[in-house]
Amino acid sequence: MKKIAISQLNTLFAAIAARKTLYIPADDGAGSAKFTVWQEGVTLTDKLNTVRSAKDLFFPQVENLVNFKVEGTKIDIVENRDAAEPFVVFGVRACDCASFDILDRVFLSDPVDTFYQTRRENGVVITLACSRPAETCFCGVFGIDAANPAGDITCWMDGESLYWRANTKKGEQLTAALDLADCDGSAVTAQQEATREILKKLPLNSLDLSDFKDQKLLDVFNSPKWAQLSESCLGCGTCTFVCPTCQCYDVQDFDNGREVRRFRCWDSCMYSDFTMMAHGTNRPTQKERFRQRFMHKLVYFPNNNEGIFGCVGCGRCLQKCPIHMNIVKVAKALKEELK
Amino acid sequence: MQERLKQKAIQLLENGTVDRILGWKTGEFFYDLTPAVFTTREQIEKDFVFNVFSGANLSKYLIAESRKGGKIAAFIKPCDSYSFQQLLKEHRIWRDNVFVVGVQCDGMCDAAKLGDGVLSVKEDGENLIVETLYGEKTVAKADALADRCASCKSKKIVIFDELIGEQGEETENDRFGEVARLEAMTPEERYEFWRGELSRCIRCNACRNVCPACSCEKCVFDNANSGVRNKAAADSFEENMFHIIRAFHVTGRCTDCGECSRVCPQNIPLHLLNRKMIKDINELYGEYQAGADMDTKPPLTNYTVDDCEPSIVHERGGL
Ligand code: SF4
Ligand code: SF4
Ligand code: SF4
Ligand code: SF4
Ligand code: SF4
Repeated sequence: MKKIAISQLNTLFAAIAARKTLYIPADDGAGSAKFTVWQEGVTLTDKLNTVRSAKDLFFPQVENLVNFKVEGTKIDIVENRDAAEPFVVFGVRACDCASFDILDRVFLSDPVDTFYQTRRENGVVITLACSRPAETCFCGVFGIDAANPAGDITCWMDGESLYWRANTKKGEQLTAALDLADCDGSAVTAQQEATREILKKLPLNSLDLSDFKDQKLLDVFNSPKWAQLSESCLGCGTCTFVCPTCQCYDVQDFDNGREVRRFRCWDSCMYSDFTMMAHGTNRPTQKERFRQRFMHKLVYFPNNNEGIFGCVGCGRCLQKCPIHMNIVKVAKALKEELK
Repeated sequence: MQERLKQKAIQLLENGTVDRILGWKTGEFFYDLTPAVFTTREQIEKDFVFNVFSGANLSKYLIAESRKGGKIAAFIKPCDSYSFQQLLKEHRIWRDNVFVVGVQCDGMCDAAKLGDGVLSVKEDGENLIVETLYGEKTVAKADALADRCASCKSKKIVIFDELIGEQGEETENDRFGEVARLEAMTPEERYEFWRGELSRCIRCNACRNVCPACSCEKCVFDNANSGVRNKAAADSFEENMFHIIRAFHVTGRCTDCGECSRVCPQNIPLHLLNRKMIKDINELYGEYQAGADMDTKPPLTNYTVDDCEPSIVHERGGL
């Protein structure tokens, strides 16, 4: 275990940023936090988490895939990927870090998504343990320990020091390049114990999702509850865009007559043109679209991934849905059905 | 208040006036209410809630609900009543199928102003007793008042079949103060201001989807055949244009209900764009409040000889 005084945080950030682009969660000037490129003057937020998750750094909202240049009858294929620069992201919470495992299962399984893969290889993830969770947090439901997050490096912070533990080879390499003092783990252990006491009190952390694990797919799918649960959903997609585990995208072409730019952008199962096909859409009303989001996270994903749910309990959808409908309310309502 | 609403809801259902009730449903905490349709006494007794977090405007749901057959009763706050009447004026709601219960409103609160770790909230007169993960505290309702309610334009319920509580009046307010501050900026400063605010947009469309004035069956920006589908913008300026276009589309119909700013996950002050439009209409065509009545002709779709000429742009210092 290493440590550095909080008063030296800026020096630490400067040292990291001298090597690679560094992102830290900083205040956005509008009451929330966002991952921001560190430069002199950018300081760490005291907000628990960012509105947009750390997913954005690996799977951005929009990215170029390829260009097609047309001259007469000749079509040139032009690579136009964003420059893949190495980066470090500091201050990722345990939930967001766990979301990378879920995204990896999607993007790194065959066929590998090389855009995502490059960013994963280029990125060093420094997590920050939570000490003051929100009432909407329920990472514990998914076996995530907010007091001991994963990542290449794990950090803990108290009033005086930042504690630092390298977990991977990448983490060790970065650590070796920095000026950090050795220390024992007693302060960290004490903080972890205190945090775990709070985590026990989180009202949603005791949610039991085991009913969803069995082959109850059709029971859940055909539940009459969906109609009521989805009735006031606006179909806005806020829940999907702030979600660290939502992974759907659309591929579109921008054609200016001489050149076609193929790009991808986030899509949302809550949208009416999601997975539109030649025959139309197979989810004609908001009920089916809404059901898709929760079936995917609670049933389809675990069925295909050894029981791992497509949610990490970050609570963003609980905080940001305009009508306060969310995965916890849905799971609780459906559980009654499965009894 | 909540008890009176519940009693009314049960009465309307049981005496056959309506077969459905549109209200707000309880959540996991005190503040996370969801708009919901109730059809039985049991549901109402168990889940119906009206409290300082019943901010969601129910009017837009009535476009669909009023077309479902049968009759629905809806609880409508003063600002929601302007939206409701505006939708009637636009022939979007089938009036005969809705029973409007107007509800007196003393202002709604914003849960984000209660601090972190909020487990439960109890109303205690002018205060809220807030139990959090980190201890109990008392917050004055006035300190937790939603921004839009702090500059409430009217406590008047402009359309109703029955009232619960007192009818109110239009109120003195400072809702154009912030707009005037922006107008006083140089064009460059204002441009920077909006570029900064709108740069946070994640294009989730919550503002559009919640807006009672945005009631198109299919938005042009969702329509693949329109040629302007806008899932991803070519650059950030195009993204910003979405908001400007939307503001123009709702000009003269926006009632200033404030839902757009309430739902924005990125806290973008969208209401300032709409209020600028309202302020300009007031200055150029005379005072006009969308949704205030059924008869007044909307200034932008009604020609009068006194209408300002295009040269007004130049007179006001534009190009
Ligand atoms: S579904 Fe909600 S709680 Fe779960 S990971 Fe997504 S945003 Fe977080
Ligand atoms: S969900 Fe867990 S890991 Fe995420 S912010 Fe909350 S306490 Fe921390
Ligand atoms: S569940 Fe909420 S956030 Fe998601 S699309 Fe529906 S209204 Fe929007
Ligand atoms: S609600 Fe906010 S973030 Fe979402 S599209 Fe509107 S302005 Fe953008
Ligand atoms: S633009 Fe905003 S304030 Fe105006 S009607 Fe729509 S949601 Fe309400």
